[in-house]
Amino acid sequence: MKIKVQYYANLREQAGRNEELVELAQTPANAADLYQHLLQKYPFTLAEEQLKVAINEEYSAFTTSLKDGDTVVFIPPVAGG
Amino acid sequence: MFQLTNAAICPAQLRERFQDPQAGAMVIFEGRVRNHNAGQAVRSLEYQAYPGMAQKEGQKILHAAKTKFALLDAFCVHAEGHLNIGDIAIWIITTAVHRRDAYLASEYIIDTVKKTVPIWKREHYLLGDPSWVACHHCQGPDHAKTF
Repeated sequence: MKIKVQYYANLREQAGRNEELVELAQTPANAADLYQHLLQKYPFTLAEEQLKVAINEEYSAFTTSLKDGDTVVFIPPVAGG
Repeated sequence: MFQLTNAAICPAQLRERFQDPQAGAMVIFEGRVRNHNAGQAVRSLEYQAYPGMAQKEGQKILHAAKTKFALLDAFCVHAEGHLNIGDIAIWIITTAVHRRDAYLASEYIIDTVKKTVPIWKREHYLLGDPSWVACHHCQGPDHAKTF
């Protein structure tokens, strides 16, 4: 299944890209599985516990199963305002 | 309405849009870029947003504020991009018949924006490398933690 992943803040710097299409061989897979997959590729310094995850622009649980075509964003600690 | 903008926030123009003869109270909060944080001298800031979701989360907050408090109107605009010291980063207006709801709603909106809207802040310092500021929980010891 193909998942669109977008990166923000320090995850963007550490991934060296704004977004990409990630092919996940493992199915079913959830958001936590996807982050583990990305940790193999990139030197992310944030642990899963420090992140939130948004699936298709909604905050979701890391245990949420992903579907082909989902857009996933791992949300580093926010700091607006 | 919640907005993100790359342009300078202009309070004089904005407040004109919220004139309402029913409103006995108009509370305006301006969040500004200050010249220091956690003991470091700050030169400028950079805000990065996840635009679609920031818009949605911001709208949810304003909707909740209108449900929780007796408001006539509520509006919030947040800046994106590079800001200098003294620039307005966030501007919130609440109008109500009486002041209490306008004050409480204003505080609710800024507190909730800081917790849930996907916007990130990178501080550029007078000395040292820039860093992303972590502010997941604005209350408590993690408030000014950087990583």
